[in-house]
Amino acid sequence: MSIFVNRETKLVVQGITGRDGSFHTRQMIDYGTQVVAGVTPGKGGQRFEDAVPVFNTVADAVEETGADTSVIYVPPAFATGAMFEAADAGIKLIVCITEGLPVVDMTKVLPFLEERGVRLIGPNCPGVISPGQSKVGIIPGNICAPGNIGLVSRSGTLTYEVVDQLTRHNMGQSTCVGIGGDPLIGTNFIDCLEAFENDPDTAGIVMMGEIGGTDEQQAAEYVREHVTKPVVGFIAGRTAPPGRRMGHAGAIISGSSGTAAEKMAAFEDAGIGVMKRPIEVVELLKARL
Amino acid sequence: MNIHEYQARALFRQAGIPVPDGDVASTPAEVEEIARRLGGGVVVKAQVHAGGRGKAGGVKLAQSPEEARVAAEKILKLTIKDLPVEKVLVAPIVDIASESYVGMIMDRESQRPVMMVSPAGGIDIEEVAAKTPEKILKLAIDPRYGLLSHQAMGLAFFLYDDIKQVRAAARIMEQLYQAFMTNGASLAEINPLITTPDGEVLAIDAKISLDDNVVERRPDLEALRDESAEAPSEVMAREAGLTFIKLDGNVGCVVNGAGLAMATMDLVKYYGGEPANFLDIGGSSNPEKVVSALRIITMDPNVKAILFNIFGGITRTDDVANGIVAALEQFSVEVPIVIRLTGTNEDQALAILDGVGMTALKDMDEAVQQVVRVAQEAA
Repeated sequence: MSIFVNRETKLVVQGITGRDGSFHTRQMIDYGTQVVAGVTPGKGGQRFEDAVPVFNTVADAVEETGADTSVIYVPPAFATGAMFEAADAGIKLIVCITEGLPVVDMTKVLPFLEERGVRLIGPNCPGVISPGQSKVGIIPGNICAPGNIGLVSRSGTLTYEVVDQLTRHNMGQSTCVGIGGDPLIGTNFIDCLEAFENDPDTAGIVMMGEIGGTDEQQAAEYVREHVTKPVVGFIAGRTAPPGRRMGHAGAIISGSSGTAAEKMAAFEDAGIGVMKRPIEVVELLKARL
Repeated sequence: MNIHEYQARALFRQAGIPVPDGDVASTPAEVEEIARRLGGGVVVKAQVHAGGRGKAGGVKLAQSPEEARVAAEKILKLTIKDLPVEKVLVAPIVDIASESYVGMIMDRESQRPVMMVSPAGGIDIEEVAAKTPEKILKLAIDPRYGLLSHQAMGLAFFLYDDIKQVRAAARIMEQLYQAFMTNGASLAEINPLITTPDGEVLAIDAKISLDDNVVERRPDLEALRDESAEAPSEVMAREAGLTFIKLDGNVGCVVNGAGLAMATMDLVKYYGGEPANFLDIGGSSNPEKVVSALRIITMDPNVKAILFNIFGGITRTDDVANGIVAALEQFSVEVPIVIRLTGTNEDQALAILDGVGMTALKDMDEAVQQVVRVAQEAA
């Protein structure tokens, strides 16, 4: 099994005829993802590479093909609208790859999705892959292998680095999720931890965090209370310079400065194996499995 | 993007928030003239993107235009947290009866804009929050309905007893909410919000940080950018579409992706080196970006060796290799370059590098150890 996407996932690509959308649609089809439809307003009735039907609206795509998952590659100015549209059309999982979305807009999108029971991954994320089953987004398929390690990460290429280490040491993955690095995101660490804990085919979990915010500290608390499977974690940004901070509101709201040291301490307190280098993921996981 | 206090005051005024008169100046003579026009005592405040201006001597009171001129002469010579003071704000001294705090931030946890108020305003507000959290009232606002009148009144009653002051503060909070949302702010603060002895409620300090993703789409906000507040290399990088932060070490780093870039810097440090910069060439693969990256890094005389750490996903490693070759054709790079690349099109990339007698490593740890060693030998 896996979390969020699998063999049954029926995908519609929003922005399928764009530069990024067309490139990555080809990659997803090659990987074996069921890409059942694409959407580009004004290009309804065409076919993408003689294979995938293109529709004017997500609603048409859902009605004609039964798509249940959407991936968004449209430019930032249209990405908010694309999320509203997908949710209204009955899509249950939206993966938004597009970066550059105003946080103010996300405060309006998120409650809209929540009311409709829609899961969002992203925005500004590399997407999700269940190796050997389905890839939704831009994570390179060739570095992944099927297996029982679940991975959740705030960054893109750092995720690839760690997945690559795992695969080279015969530790395949159930699902890898890139949740994105924006301040307001849909699916967070805790959502993924809960899903991995409940997934019978995931035996161990890798969490890749970063400086900023308190998501990792909350995730660590969740691990302590609810996760029985072994977890290892990494925090990027130990040497990042402190920003030229303005105002007090950040410290007041979180009671935290979001430093790497604070996050690594929270991981250790919760029994999470802390990697000092990405390469240590293999050794730390093996010792715990 | 951070903006200056005088710019934040202007955005507050646009929203209708009562802010005392005042003006910005860049010479002592201008300061004297503004002080004369305002009449009475004035405060002269350094306009730099840094906290702790008062403690650094960047805020001075003056009782006459001449005193204001002298204060400005001193402040305009200061450098606060590496930032030279080029502008000062001149505003009238206001008699203060009480100081409160009103702030707004985008809260990751509630996923909403949150307004926070405290009757214990001033520079020690963080200590107040840490030691006496009961003196802070927070409200997560549903952006579909905005800050409702009764919510604003509830927050204002936490600050004041006098109904006139409560109404005035509630109105300021609604205006602050509007200013926050319409300008796509990530933070906005009035600290302090004061009452005067005759009962007026005024905002006498203004802070706003803007969401870069909004600034990109809004020329009126982009115009508020102060490039003198950034290192020249950082301005160059932004114009080239790169994210760059200059640091003090001697190992230049060119990486794709922010997370991997941070992890690379951490690893440089782990193996005993010091990173010279954070540089993310981003997801797209444009050889021109690589040329700009090398140009910016080689401007720093501290750099003794350069590391490329590229994990190709959307970034095609052959594009990066082409960028390195193009850069070396355009200008000479005097320091050794260590290249680690793997992922999309790596065979083509290795062939391109081989064509100019260069090699690349596949392993990140190995590459970082090598670049640290090379930099130490050259230092």
